[in-house]
Amino acid sequence: MILSAALNTANYFYLVPWVVFFPLIGMLINMIFGGRMGEKAIGAIACLASGLSFGVAVLLGIALLGHPEGMTVSFLNWNWITMGALQLEWAFRVDSLSVTMMLVVGGVGTLIHIYAVGYMHADVRHNGDPGRFRRFFVFFNLFILDMMILVSASNYMVLFVGWEGVGLCSYLLISFWYDKGKDGIGNAKAGNKAFIANRVGDLGFLIAAFLMFKYFQPLSPNGVFNFDFQAVASLASQVPPSVILAITLFLLLGVTGKSAQLPLYVWLPDAMAGPTPVSALIHAATMVTAGIYLIARSHAIYSLVPAAQNWVAIVGGVTALFAATIALAQFDIKKVLAYSTISQLGFMVAAVGMGAYVAGMFHLVMHAFFKALLFLSAGSVIQGIERGEHEVEHDPILRKRLKHEQHFDPQDMRNMGGLRRTMKTTFWVYLAAALSISGIIPLAGFWSKDEILTEASVLNRSVYVLLLIAAFFTAFYMGRQILMVFFGEPRSEPAAHASESPAVMTIPLVILALLSIFGGFINFPTLHAFTSWLENTIQALAEGVTGGEAAAVGFNVVVAIISTVLAVGAIILAWYLYMRRSQEMLHLPLNKRADDPLRLMLGPVFTLLENKYWVDELYGYVVIKPYQWLSTFLAEKLDWDFWHDFFHDKILAGGFNAFTRLLSGPIDLGFIDEVGNFLGDGFKELAAQMRKIQSGFFRNYALSVFIGLIFIIGYLILR
Amino acid sequence: MLPVQYYLALAIILFILGALGVLIRRNAIVVFMSIELMLNAANLAFVAYARYWQSMHGQIFVFFIMTVAAAEVAIGLALIVTIFRTKASIDVDQISTLKG
Repeated sequence: MILSAALNTANYFYLVPWVVFFPLIGMLINMIFGGRMGEKAIGAIACLASGLSFGVAVLLGIALLGHPEGMTVSFLNWNWITMGALQLEWAFRVDSLSVTMMLVVGGVGTLIHIYAVGYMHADVRHNGDPGRFRRFFVFFNLFILDMMILVSASNYMVLFVGWEGVGLCSYLLISFWYDKGKDGIGNAKAGNKAFIANRVGDLGFLIAAFLMFKYFQPLSPNGVFNFDFQAVASLASQVPPSVILAITLFLLLGVTGKSAQLPLYVWLPDAMAGPTPVSALIHAATMVTAGIYLIARSHAIYSLVPAAQNWVAIVGGVTALFAATIALAQFDIKKVLAYSTISQLGFMVAAVGMGAYVAGMFHLVMHAFFKALLFLSAGSVIQGIERGEHEVEHDPILRKRLKHEQHFDPQDMRNMGGLRRTMKTTFWVYLAAALSISGIIPLAGFWSKDEILTEASVLNRSVYVLLLIAAFFTAFYMGRQILMVFFGEPRSEPAAHASESPAVMTIPLVILALLSIFGGFINFPTLHAFTSWLENTIQALAEGVTGGEAAAVGFNVVVAIISTVLAVGAIILAWYLYMRRSQEMLHLPLNKRADDPLRLMLGPVFTLLENKYWVDELYGYVVIKPYQWLSTFLAEKLDWDFWHDFFHDKILAGGFNAFTRLLSGPIDLGFIDEVGNFLGDGFKELAAQMRKIQSGFFRNYALSVFIGLIFIIGYLILR
Repeated sequence: MLPVQYYLALAIILFILGALGVLIRRNAIVVFMSIELMLNAANLAFVAYARYWQSMHGQIFVFFIMTVAAAEVAIGLALIVTIFRTKASIDVDQISTLKG
């Protein structure tokens, strides 16, 4: 009975709520009982929660093999929100697209969880607050939970819950060391920046949702709209194209926020303030790809409006090139990777914009592997250097050689070099990831990037050129990074004494390295396993939608050769500059040397790139300064000067004071008091006159009595 | 028998003499005696009328007045003695402490 139930793979679909519940349980255990548990128990529970979630995703994948059409699993028939014509059901969408994301989130997420156990063990001690170990894993499980909600949603509103949830986790984890950073507030500011930039994007998402409700609701059966992906897809053709265009462009705004595209990408480089596993999990592998997932999810409506698709592709292409150029001139090991991530996300956005959804998703998965690996290895390098720094500081002889004129930055590549000898495992996995992202055949990155370029060469020539140049720069800056970090001679004492990270960190790295090397074979040309896997979803959703869907483009040898030649050329160029020229530069006089050979060649252009085109400063002047000016104006002039000083103090309080002064002055003192005083004075005066009658001489009294008597008698007689 | 007008005229003369004595004289004893004179003038008028009207009412009044006068003399002389003791004078113009 149980066996037959287990054999019927369709039953696995009903397990889908557990992809959300396992991280929730893990989070709750660590949150409630974590205070009494050791680091190992906390880490084990967090990893287990994420791992079980991954296991469920695997079972769902197995079920999909037998039932590729997928299924929408209602969660206890829960009507989440019922409000007039709006009926939102909390349901899980299980199909090849969502399960792909679940596998990435669960799989890469679990590996990063394991790595983080080792990394955070050292990090919390380096930063001097071991108590935050538990908090980190609570946030991490919360992130997996939210990301799973995002990818398993069956409608836009449930997706939005996850969308906001991952944004929250991103904020919490970027500012994890909220009391650290520049001026003790730098990390908190970075978290705010990410949150606020995302808020701008979320506004786009919400407006798109409102438009969707306004135009789709009247068309829905029974007039009840539920935001379901399939309902939206099937109704989209009846909605005016201009409305669809508006919806898709507003969604694109949401995507530029979450996936760090132009013009809202500025938050991602600052997000590197978070611990490195956070950068790997949230800001490289999973959360930032939510935008690509959203467009792939909404492909039915994007396919209806080529103009919107064109915009998406151009935003992606321009971002890919723009960010890649900035990455050329960065010195912070994580900043290079951050701009690289923005650039690679641009590749994916360009792909899904062109209608090459499979290529975009393929690159998303491969990127999750190699970029997570790059970040984790970078974290390993940083901690290796920190260990070296620690060692140097505690060695009385070496300590004297340490330059103390400025704070040592363990993330600055100018302080590194020669690490391939001391950190062997990290070096090899870093090399694998770097070659993979550079697009060297036959590593994973080659296949996915090549697929995007091939599609672009057919679908959109201008975007193809942009992406090709970006790919060249990608290979160059990765070559530069590898050479600066691992080759040459150590450029600082801590780098010379760096040591390899523990196994709990290197084992996930090796697994990710294997995935970065061999992962590309899931969509090997001629087999196209991944394409046919995803087509189950994308074709099924696109049913009834004519045109717009990109035809599957086969492998193109010319495109592959061009990109390979460029990648190899870029690496050779990097080798020439950072090995040969760097060596030669040592013989130059001091004033002709530079920290980067590229700086000598490019001059002001390098400065421009190093300062990221001054985009942050530009935004500062164009958006933030006027905004602050407006807030200052509203606070100082409108609120304080007008409402407080003028309206409240002058008009209300002043008027009341004047009124009371009127009452107390003229009315009370001037009139009422005067009446009283007049009466009092009058009687006093009268009494003063009257008292003179009382002379005290008794004969006077007697006289008056007699006179009175005479009057009375006179009156009585004369009347 | 003398007609009643003579008696009345005498009573009026006595009363006016008494009143003038009260108003003019400053010696408390003399003032006192003048008051007695006015009372006796009234007594004379009562008695004259009682005889004229052949009624006893007037005579009864006279007895009352004589009684009151006796009591008044007792109190009045006591007051005068006390005043004399404190002020060493019985000049009524000196006694003006009730001046307002």
